[in-house]
Amino acid sequence: MNLYRYSSPSTFYPLAGKLAPWFGWSALILAIVGLWIGFGIAPTDFQQGEAYRIIFIHVATAWMSMFIYLVMAFWSALSLGFNTRLSGMMAQAMAPTGALMTFIALWTGAFWGRPTWGTYWAWDARMTSELILLFLYFGVIALRNAIDDDRRADRACGVLALVGAVNVPIIYFSVQWWNTLHQGSSVSMVAAPKMAAIMLAGMLVMALAVWFYSIAVTLVRVRCIILERERGAAWTGQMTEPGKT
Amino acid sequence: MSEFLAMGGYGFYVWGAYGVTALAVVVELIALRARRRAALQASTEAVR
Repeated sequence: MNLYRYSSPSTFYPLAGKLAPWFGWSALILAIVGLWIGFGIAPTDFQQGEAYRIIFIHVATAWMSMFIYLVMAFWSALSLGFNTRLSGMMAQAMAPTGALMTFIALWTGAFWGRPTWGTYWAWDARMTSELILLFLYFGVIALRNAIDDDRRADRACGVLALVGAVNVPIIYFSVQWWNTLHQGSSVSMVAAPKMAAIMLAGMLVMALAVWFYSIAVTLVRVRCIILERERGAAWTGQMTEPGKT
Repeated sequence: MSEFLAMGGYGFYVWGAYGVTALAVVVELIALRARRRAALQASTEAVR
């Protein structure tokens, strides 16, 4: 199979349409399993009581908020370097879901911080850098809306996305570099996780659900963007006739 | 059931976190559906 075939909007459009439902339904099933583990099987935490159950969405969405940004920056780099149409569209399609994940991570963090630390918010390095991530997503979206020409918007947003990518390692390592109210990582690539296996399992299943959700939503959104930006091209009219997917 | 909803006294925080998450996801899905409908309509009109 020649993968480059799918680098054009007209060939990627039907492929994205076929893939999106699979990712969407998988996300739903994984979320049900993850919540069932998180609320049905995982026991009460001996220190935090039931409040810790926020972990199942907080960690999954916080990881995703950073990861989506990096993938968005990757597509932006491709768009800037090779001036390919689809990569700019992909970057554009990821920003709203990235902003959503960042918002959920911040919100659930606040609702977890209040019962465990006694405050909804503190200006510590982890939280401040995650808030900056939210503003970066807002900035990319606002910049896109401010520029009428799509290709020029691709370039401007691409530069902003790439420059902003510096913030992602700052978020990730903030708990090591600075003395933060936020705890250090409970899960690491190099050491054994500092949590019970069943809690970890619930968290990882939820992380997978959030992944699949983000992929599904991005695929559907990139299809909208393709239609919006290729409007008037002969193939879009044929694709969107009644009965076509 | 009410014991489950109370979450050992942390009900407000746990459901406040999960409720707003669910709401945010639903808002995104509704907005996406509206965008898709508008894009489809505009592109079929463009060829007529």
